[in-house]
Amino acid sequence: MGNSIEKRAIVIVGGGPAGLAAAVAAHEAGERDVLILERDTQLGGILNQCIHNGFGLHTFHEELTGPEYAARYVAQVDELGIERRLGTMVLDISEDRVVTAVSATDGITRIQAGAVILAMGCRERPRGALAIPGYRPAGIYSAGTAQRLVNIEGQLPGREVVILGSGDIGLIMARRMTFEGAHVQCVAEIMPYSGGLKRNIVQCLDDFGIPLLLSHTVVDIEGRDRVEAVTIAEVDERMKPIPGTERRYPCDTLLLSVGLLPENELSREAGVELSGVTRGPVVNERLETSVPGVFACGNVLHVHDLVDFVSQEAAAAGRSAAAYVARGEDAAAQRVDIVATDGVRYTVPAYLSGSDLDQDVTLRFRVGGVFRDRYVSVYLDDERVRHAKKRILTPGEMEQVVIKADQLRERAPHTVTVKLEEE
Amino acid sequence: MAQTRELTCIRCPMGCALTVELDDSGAVTSVTGNSCPRGAQYGRDEVTNPVRTVTTSMPVVGASHAHMVSVKTQTDVPKGKVFDVIAALAGLTAQAPVAIGDVLVHDVAGTGVDVVATSNAR
Repeated sequence: MGNSIEKRAIVIVGGGPAGLAAAVAAHEAGERDVLILERDTQLGGILNQCIHNGFGLHTFHEELTGPEYAARYVAQVDELGIERRLGTMVLDISEDRVVTAVSATDGITRIQAGAVILAMGCRERPRGALAIPGYRPAGIYSAGTAQRLVNIEGQLPGREVVILGSGDIGLIMARRMTFEGAHVQCVAEIMPYSGGLKRNIVQCLDDFGIPLLLSHTVVDIEGRDRVEAVTIAEVDERMKPIPGTERRYPCDTLLLSVGLLPENELSREAGVELSGVTRGPVVNERLETSVPGVFACGNVLHVHDLVDFVSQEAAAAGRSAAAYVARGEDAAAQRVDIVATDGVRYTVPAYLSGSDLDQDVTLRFRVGGVFRDRYVSVYLDDERVRHAKKRILTPGEMEQVVIKADQLRERAPHTVTVKLEEE
Repeated sequence: MAQTRELTCIRCPMGCALTVELDDSGAVTSVTGNSCPRGAQYGRDEVTNPVRTVTTSMPVVGASHAHMVSVKTQTDVPKGKVFDVIAALAGLTAQAPVAIGDVLVHDVAGTGVDVVATSNAR
């Protein structure tokens, strides 16, 4: 390993949907020196295995599959001549933005970046993180692993299937496994509501008569070498299994779709402050983390349900990074805190760098329960400036609300509050 | 007799809650709750002639990396034909090179709809 350090204006960690959109936007904002580092052998990230449709209605105004959506962005990156290094894994990011990466062809390389964009995406919550008793036999897969096996490798992981957790990938795999000839017995969800999109419950479960058992969980897994059966029980409001409600489902496969976790090992090493709620970096309206010049977007920042919003967010991060490289650090202004309360679990951004902003701010958030006929309200200090009626809000669906830059400038609030109100 | 159907639109991940009103003859008189024209169309179709886009994958031979190529029906097919489409594709293999948009099966399962590639395999 030599001592020479390569210098690049913007280094993007991850070539999935967030990294691609950030790269295109940074280039379009005038920054020509952009480098994408991707550990896989192709760009596109998780979209490559998401072969179902429903992507791109906001971005391209048509319904695309995951690989098609990715290909649109890869084509733009190709056309703009943006450099990418595949098979390249980032090992470390320092607080002063030195990125250390390794690849089979180049060995270990060090790059001094003017700005870094974190776009590493997320990981599935593994079984180990769940308290399910029993042996650890073969036949238990995260839904995304099963998705990769079926869609990329062409292997069917099992024939009699039970799915624990109603995240979108689990719902999508219920349909996918059905198409491939497997029998999906049910989807058990410990919460009293689904963690996935409503449309996926309709088109992936209801269409095939697959029951969704809300307030149910797996209490036992049988089998030493291979899964032989699972036992599912109803849970009470404290999520404790209710005795007498157990039912045994003979099966050879258990898929887990129990949540996604932003993948922030590198961010943590870089000294980036992380949120206990989103598990992603705490960012301002420029999507800049607590480390100056380090930006974050996509599922590494907070888990999204729509790739279109990942692309929008990532484009904003790309523009911010380009501006940072061009202008340098902004003078410190009076930070404006954003308070998420009354059903709103968090907002991204989590605070504003000041009130004198030149662009409207899109706040993305999730709610902590199922709410019907509520208003999403935004207060600048004590004054309500937004009051939007929603028929239904659920934890499975990300929401957004826009704060106008001119209102922020006029009122110069100390605090912005986002909450749900009954009227 | 006149009736009301409550549906969840599946045309995009918004998942709008639709209310479809039908008159005595079963004809749709109104669709509400949608946020775009596609939702209104979905509401009408779903109570009269439900349709779905089928997405799946098929093995590909002769590609340098890919084992599988992902495919979709070019347009929606009747919901009742979904498993016919899946059955018609079973056992078929694509030959590389395949590019996004290439027609891999013409008029699948008598639907009049082609099956096209949604990923590249070179």
